[in-house]
Order: sequence, then C-alpha cells, then structure tokens
Amino acid sequence: MTGRAFRIAGGGHIDRSRTVRFRFDGKEHSGHPGDTLASALLAAGVRLVGRSFKYHRPRGIYSAGPEEPNALVEIGTGARRTPNTRMTTAEIHDGLVAESQNRWPSLRFDAMAATSVAARLLPAGFYYKTFMWPASFWEKVYEPMIRRAAGLGRAATEPDPDHYEAAHAHCDVLVVGAGAAGLAAARAAGEAGARVLLAEQDFLLGGGLLLEPAHEAWRGETLAAIIALPNVTVMPRTTVFGYYDHNMLGALERVTDHLATAPDHVPRQRSWTIRAREVVLATGADERLVAFPDNDRPGVMLAGAARAYVARFGVVPGRRVVLFTNNDAAYATADTLLAAGADSATIVDFRPFGTAAAAARARGIEVLPGSEVIGVDGGTSLYAVQVRRRGTWGSTQVPADLLCVSGGYSPAVHLASQARTPLAWDARIAAFVPGEAARQRSAGGARGVFGIGAAAHDGAAAGRAAAIATGCRVGSEFVLPGRNGDADPTVMPCWEIAAPGKAFVDLQNDVTAADIRLARQEGYEHIEHAKRYTTHTMATDQGKIGGLVGAAVLAEARGLPVEQVGIPTYRPYVTPVTWGAVAAHHVGKAFAPIRRTMLHDWHVRNGADFMEAGLWLRPGFYPQKGESPWDSVLREARAVRRAVGICDVSTLGKIDVQGKDAGVFLDRLYMNTFSTLAIGKARYGIMLREDGMVFDDGTTTRLAEDHFFVTTTTANAARVMEHMDLYAQTVWPDLDVQYCSVTDQWASMSIAGPKARSTVARAVAGLDLSNEGLPFMGVADATVAGCPVRVFRISFSGELAYEIATPAGYALAVWEAVLAAGRADGIVPYGVEALGLLRIEKGHVAGSELNGHTTARDLGLDRMAKKRGDFVGRVLAERPGLVDPGRPTFVGIRSVDPKRQVRQGAHLVEPGSFKSLGWVSSVTRSVELGDAWIGLALLTDGKARIGSRLVAAFPLKDEAVEVEIVSPHFIDPENARVRA
Amino acid sequence: MHLIDCPWCGPRDEAEFAYRGDATVTRPAPDAGIDAFYDYVFTRANPRGWHVEWWHHAAGCRQHVKVVRHTMTHAIAATGRATDILEVPAA
Ligand SMILES: [Zn+2]
Repeated sequence: MTGRAFRIAGGGHIDRSRTVRFRFDGKEHSGHPGDTLASALLAAGVRLVGRSFKYHRPRGIYSAGPEEPNALVEIGTGARRTPNTRMTTAEIHDGLVAESQNRWPSLRFDAMAATSVAARLLPAGFYYKTFMWPASFWEKVYEPMIRRAAGLGRAATEPDPDHYEAAHAHCDVLVVGAGAAGLAAARAAGEAGARVLLAEQDFLLGGGLLLEPAHEAWRGETLAAIIALPNVTVMPRTTVFGYYDHNMLGALERVTDHLATAPDHVPRQRSWTIRAREVVLATGADERLVAFPDNDRPGVMLAGAARAYVARFGVVPGRRVVLFTNNDAAYATADTLLAAGADSATIVDFRPFGTAAAAARARGIEVLPGSEVIGVDGGTSLYAVQVRRRGTWGSTQVPADLLCVSGGYSPAVHLASQARTPLAWDARIAAFVPGEAARQRSAGGARGVFGIGAAAHDGAAAGRAAAIATGCRVGSEFVLPGRNGDADPTVMPCWEIAAPGKAFVDLQNDVTAADIRLARQEGYEHIEHAKRYTTHTMATDQGKIGGLVGAAVLAEARGLPVEQVGIPTYRPYVTPVTWGAVAAHHVGKAFAPIRRTMLHDWHVRNGADFMEAGLWLRPGFYPQKGESPWDSVLREARAVRRAVGICDVSTLGKIDVQGKDAGVFLDRLYMNTFSTLAIGKARYGIMLREDGMVFDDGTTTRLAEDHFFVTTTTANAARVMEHMDLYAQTVWPDLDVQYCSVTDQWASMSIAGPKARSTVARAVAGLDLSNEGLPFMGVADATVAGCPVRVFRISFSGELAYEIATPAGYALAVWEAVLAAGRADGIVPYGVEALGLLRIEKGHVAGSELNGHTTARDLGLDRMAKKRGDFVGRVLAERPGLVDPGRPTFVGIRSVDPKRQVRQGAHLVEPGSFKSLGWVSSVTRSVELGDAWIGLALLTDGKARIGSRLVAAFPLKDEAVEVEIVSPHFIDPENARVRA
Repeated sequence: MHLIDCPWCGPRDEAEFAYRGDATVTRPAPDAGIDAFYDYVFTRANPRGWHVEWWHHAAGCRQHVKVVRHTMTHAIAATGRATDILEVPAA
C-alpha cells in the first residue's frame, strides 16, 4: 500500500458527496453511490478477493461487468446469504456484508493451495476417470473430499425470507442492452411508434458510453428522448438471460438487491417472460483474455475493465501499468490510466510496429512491438511482468502492479446462439458474429460493429428496421455520434503464449490450455466433448472471456482453423438467475391450489383430520378425544357396518353428457353398454385405455334418452375429461355429443349402513325408498329440507347405501338435515380411511389396483365387457401378453396372526423363496373380521391358490408375514346387503 | 416456449396446451386387428422436419388444435381445427 489514494478527484459516474459503508471479510470499507463492490474494493486498495475453484489460487478482480470469472462473493448473511455474486455487478449499499469464497482458513493463507491437494485430485476429465472404482468409495471418500476441496459459495440453509414475482410483458420491439447501439435502437423504434422494451443489465444506461466523457451529452439527450416516449419502457437492472422459441425471452429484474432497506410489499427480484414481435440484440462484446502462464494472478485485468474503473468509477487500479494487446482499441486504456495519474505505462504489442504504436510513442508511451507476455511475478499481488520479443528466447522483467490484457473482443452472441442463429466467422476481429435470423437482429458490438459512432448508427438502423417489420412507418431522424473517434477494431489473433506454467482459458473452472490438449489427446476432440471433459465454459460465466481462446487452443492441437472447430452452443442462462425468482410465488402452499369441498368448514368444525387427494383436501377420519387414528377409523367403519354413516364424496369427478349420440359415445368409451341402460338407472362402468389397460371406473346414470351423468374416480377426473375431448373431437367428430365437467356444481354424500333407509327416509321428501320404489342402482329426484336432491341407490362400502347429490350451494343444509334425520339411528360421519377399509372388505378396486398396469381380466372385471361392438382398448386388451393366464390376478389376503400388520407393496412368496408371485396392493384392519389385518393383492394363479398360505415379504423393513390367500370379497359376496 | 394460434382463442402460450402427439395416425376400423391397433397406439415416425400434431388447449377452450410444427426449428406453419386438412410445407 503506497498511502496514495486509488480514487481520483473527479470524473465518472459516482456520487462523491455521499459515502456508503459496507463490510468485506469482516473489515469495514467505504465507497460512493454508483460504485460496485469491485470498484469500491479497488478504491480501498484490495487486490486479492477470492480463491479459485479447484486449485485455490489467489484471484483478483478481472473484469468490470457480468463476464467476471474470479471476483465471486457471498453477499448477505443468514437466510439472505447469496453465493457466487459477481462483485463487478453488485451495487454497494450501507450495511452490505460480503464474504470471499472457497478459502480455508483465510483468504490470504489457504491450506488447499499450500498443499496442492486439489490439483492432484482434480485433473481434466476427473468426472470420467478418477473415481470409477471402487463404487462405494464415491459416496464415502471422494465426494466429501472434492466437496471440501472444490467449490464456490455456500447457499443459505434457512428458508428464503424474500419474495419474488413472475411477470409477463409483450412488446413490438425488445431491445436488449442500452449501450450506444441499444439506446439508438430504442429511440429509433420508439419514435417510429413501436411499443418498445429496453432492458439493461446494468444500473446505469449507456454501456461503453459511460467511459466516454466526449459522448456524455449525447447519452443524456438520447436517454431524455427515450424516457419522454410513452411507448418505450426502460428496464434497468434487468438481465435478459434466455432466448426461447417464438421470440419469448426471459429476463431477471433485480428490484431491491441494491437497497439497504427494501420497501414493504416489493419483491426482491422479478422474473419476466417477454413476448416480442421483433428483437434487437445490442448486447455488446466481451473482451478476451490471452492464455499465458499465470494469467490469473491478482493484478492481471482485462484492458477495457481497467479503463472502466478509471473512467466510470474514478478508481486507478494500478500505478505501474503494462498493457498486453493485439489490437489498437486497447491503447486507450494506457492513455486513460496515465491521464488519471498512473506513474508509467508500457505497451506490449503482439503485432509488428504499426501506426498505433507510433502514435503512442509520439505521446511518450513506451511500446514494445512484436512482443508477448510470458509470465508474471507475484503471488497475491503483482510486482513484475515477464516480456519476451516474439520468436526469441529469454525475457525482460518489467516492474508492474497492473497488467492489462486485451486479446480482442468477441461479440456477446449468447442470446443469438440460444435462438439457434447461425454464427459466421469474422476474420477481421477473429470472432463469431451472428448471421441472419427471423424476427431478430443484432446491432453494434453484438455483431462486431465496434466503436461508439459505428455502433450507434448500426443500432439506429436496426431499431428502425425492427419497427418497420412490426408495421410501423419510418420514424424520425436524430443526431448520432460521429464515427471519426472509433478505433480500428482489427486484431492479430493471439490466443496462447507458449511458455511453461499454468495458462488459464477458463479462470472460474480452473481450466488450462494444457487441459484442453489433454482432452483432445484422450479422444474428446469435438468442441462439445472437450467442453464437458474439461468443464471449459461450464462455469457461471459461461466462458465469456476465455471460451473462444479454449476453442482456439483445441483448434491448434487439431490442426484446424478455429472457425472450423467453433464454440459450443450457448444455453440459458446468460448469467446466473436466483432460483427464488424462477419459482416466484409458486412456493409452499401457493405451489398448487387447494381444492376444498362445499362441506369443508363443517369437517373442520367437527375435528376432521385431513388428507390430500390430488389437489383435494378430504377428511381422513374424525378423531374423538383420546382416540388414536386407528381407533377413529375402526369406530367409523363399525358404525357403517352396524348402523349408518355419512361420507362426503363430493370430490368424485362428475361429467354431464348430453346429445343424440351420448349413449353411443359412452358405449365406445366404456367396456360396458350404456345405450341400453334404462332411464333412471345407474350402472357401474370400466373405461380402458387404447392399449388395453384399465383406465378408470365409476357409475353412470341415464337421466333421459339423450342425457347421462358420469362419475369418475377423484384422481382421474381431469384425465377422463381429456380422454373424452380426444375421442369426441379427433376420432369421432361426427357424433352428436356434448359434455361438461360438473364436479364443482354438485355436492354429494354417501349414506351407508343397515339403517341407511331409515335415515334417508326421514330426511327425504317425495320419494318411495322401498325396493320397489328405488331398487338397487335406481336413481330418482326428491327434496331434503326443501333443497333439490338426486338420490342414487349405489354402494361402495358393501352396505345398503344411498348417494345424495345436491347443487353445491345446498350442500350444508342437506348434510345437516341428513345428520339430524339419522341421529336416532346413531349416524356417524366417516372419512376416506374408513371408506377405504369398507371397500377393501367388500373387494372393490380403487387407485392402488387401477394403477395403469392391470387389465380388466386381472381384476376379475372382464365379464362386464360387451360382446359386440367397438370400444376403446377392446382390440389391444386381447394382446397375447395381456391374456396370458400366468398374469397375476385379484385375490384377498388375511394375516394368519390377525395382529400382524401386512404392508402395502409387500411381495407374496413361497416360504423360503425369493421368487415374487405377486404383490399386496391395499391393506387395512378389518372390522368384519375382528380387527384382523387383511388386504387385496395381485397374485399369479390367484384363484388356484385360494386357501393356501404364502409369505408377504417386505424386505425394506425386514418383515415376513404369513398370510392366507382368500377371496377378495370378505363380506357379502352375494350382494344381499346392498339389495336389502 | 411456443406461441400457438388456437383457431378459437387466438395466439396463446404453450403453457396452456397439453401435447397430445401425432395427428397423422388414424384410429383403425374396429375389426382391423391387433397389428393395426398396435401401430396406431405405439408406432411413430419421429420425423426431423414438419410434423402434424395435436395440441390440446387444456387450459383454454378445451379443443384439440391441429398444428403443423417443425420438430427441429419449432416453427409453426399452420394451425387448424381437428377436422381441418392442413397444408404441410415441402421441406
Ligand atoms: Zn383455444
């Protein structure tokens, strides 16, 4: 530390009148509004800011923007700690707390770097070869070791306290980037009348203009003109991260990250989904590194970044400067640094002596033409640069505390590449530029048009063309910066300097030029393979500054020109996006909606314990004081078997089907026949998928000649509707049939038990409930407490039962009227658990049996199939594999020791055998069989095994329970009860 | 994300649709046999290029929209109702 301030007195875009205080690694620092964390730390003299991913090498600030590979920090504390934040884009605010990453025990002394443990652990391609054997070592030894050695920041472990928002936007023209090209494009499109969105990742608009005092007036005037246009929306702090199909782009807006205290009710970040008719990509260009030994040391920085720190932030990042360049544009960095008070500048120009070198010498700057940097001297800071005349041996040591590097500029083609825009090689700048694409154009630096004047002209033309493409008329002309000040962008390609030492092509992932050659040697020579083998360009910066350099090293090894090797296709995200912003409000209870039945509040008031059934909340059981869950379930089920119970079954899918061909339509969808069903009658039906497997079941009622009422299982309600849509619209569009989901329009309740008739008779008016008046499977309209109801005599429990459906608004009145009517009979509300118990005892199939792997024959339901006529699944259900008599079939099981629990999912095996003969699909304790454990199963040769014993094996819990194979109908196989 | 021009609702986001596969296959006659139905259910061409597909506007009008879509570029050449015959570009 020299004691001299690194902050210069004037200029730039910071507010020196105000001071902002923040902490980095526990130490307090200060800066000014307008500073990034990087510029404020450079002003404070901090040069070492992090340790590298694999080798724990000391690293400094390398860039001044989102392309930063090194200066990653954790920002915030506790639940708000955000890892891998780029210092070069993070605005400082009072109270900001930042910590360096991947160092132990401290940034200055790092044990991993000292021992080089990581270097030996992690050669290129380590994913592929190092840890193959033995397999068990991966979890126990290698992975924990790598996790300690390699890595970036630590994610917070607490739930995120912030909230995020998802938003949508539509526009005629989206302009990405607000540099000279972007500003001109937005103004041209806006003044032509297009609805324009201008998104800029930075908190200041201007891009390269922010480094050009001579163009400050034009920047101000253009911004004012843009802001005055009501049809242009400017979005600062908004990174467009992804370019998807049909001109949909994703963007992340950082709403409050830069504020010391966020206002209430404002999201931390907003993720935008933007649909644009036309897109102008004015994303600029990224300066490239050069691969020379130790090109990653603190004190090495991109030339444009060094200039940005002086010109925009008023910070001199070094006093004795060496500039290594292969182009003219970088010369401005030397002039800028000297003008800001640097002591000396030496330009090492890769090219032979030329006009730029001559002009610089004339200004008194030392230039070493035809030379190259072959290494640096320094550890956690820089003190000298080793320079060699090209084609010679030996080198000269040039004292320096800052080495500025420019390997030329690569257009930021990430978004264009994501949109699969073809890339063309531009030899003049030695980089890829985007070619033609529909509804999208690049402008300015993004397509290799460098220099403020040239970019502004290009941007204006692109903005105008985009607006015209959306139907606008040509807009106004406005003043643009002249092209005279623009430097010649031609470069002499300079990728790697051959000299001993680690020369990095990817600083964040610690990939060296030697790693690329190793990948090629080991057969990974395609650019996409070399990328994955070495992890080159796979870090969070996506190789913005070294991607092409690595490709060039690979090309050289393969003896090909770099344009033939190419670069990997870019993928979202251009820069990292907070996961919270992707999720937005779809978190916790808001992840999926909750569906409640009309009787939900009654269930809550009466102590129901709820369970989820898809999106529905259904009462599982209604525990009374002191009852265990099983106590409650068994009590409820017993009440149904002995007296009467009532269950809310409103969640069943309900579909109203009408039309002249409604019966034919249902005949073709179900394996049963419905067109012959009498009006006022219900019938149980089975629906197959076209592949022959059982899809769904339920009862269907005929209400009129052309009017049916279909019910589905709760789980399949939406899928059955889709199935109907597919067949009605695409397969049989000639049928006259209309249908509509009425699940939410009707509430329904099942009243079941030997005393059900007595209860229902007291509740219902206008209905003869005798077997003659309303026989089993009969349906009739009536009223309950003056409310209209439809009474179905159907049963799932195996008891005498009625299902009462009522328009949803009457649900509570009807439910309470039935409860009151049943009080004398001892009516009890029962939940889904008791319902499940009852149906297992009765041997009815449900979701566990209708699991998409079972046929009607497997389940013993094939006798319901119509003999003649087409229906979905009829043909493929006859496939040899599906009619194989060896397939497991539907049986019941009971635990030989009634107290021993059998588990759902257990395999049925012969004692001592490991051969599975089938599996247990549903289990319950039974009220009918004295609380014994019973279940349903699918078993090979099921019928033949009835009466025999097998073992229900559940190896996960090391359990083997002896079971007896029985009929699946534990109660009333003759159906006497339901017909009582 | 695709923007699909529903004949009933206009251009709508892909998120509102459920992909329902190949619209070039036709359900065979009931007596066509197992092989014909097997092909109808399971055998698909998987073309690289233009493809006629069903997109169910599940979160919209609930209609199956017929879409001519390029499987590599995701470009959409035409959309129509289920019974429409759509022109498929040559290449
Ligand atoms: Zn629609």
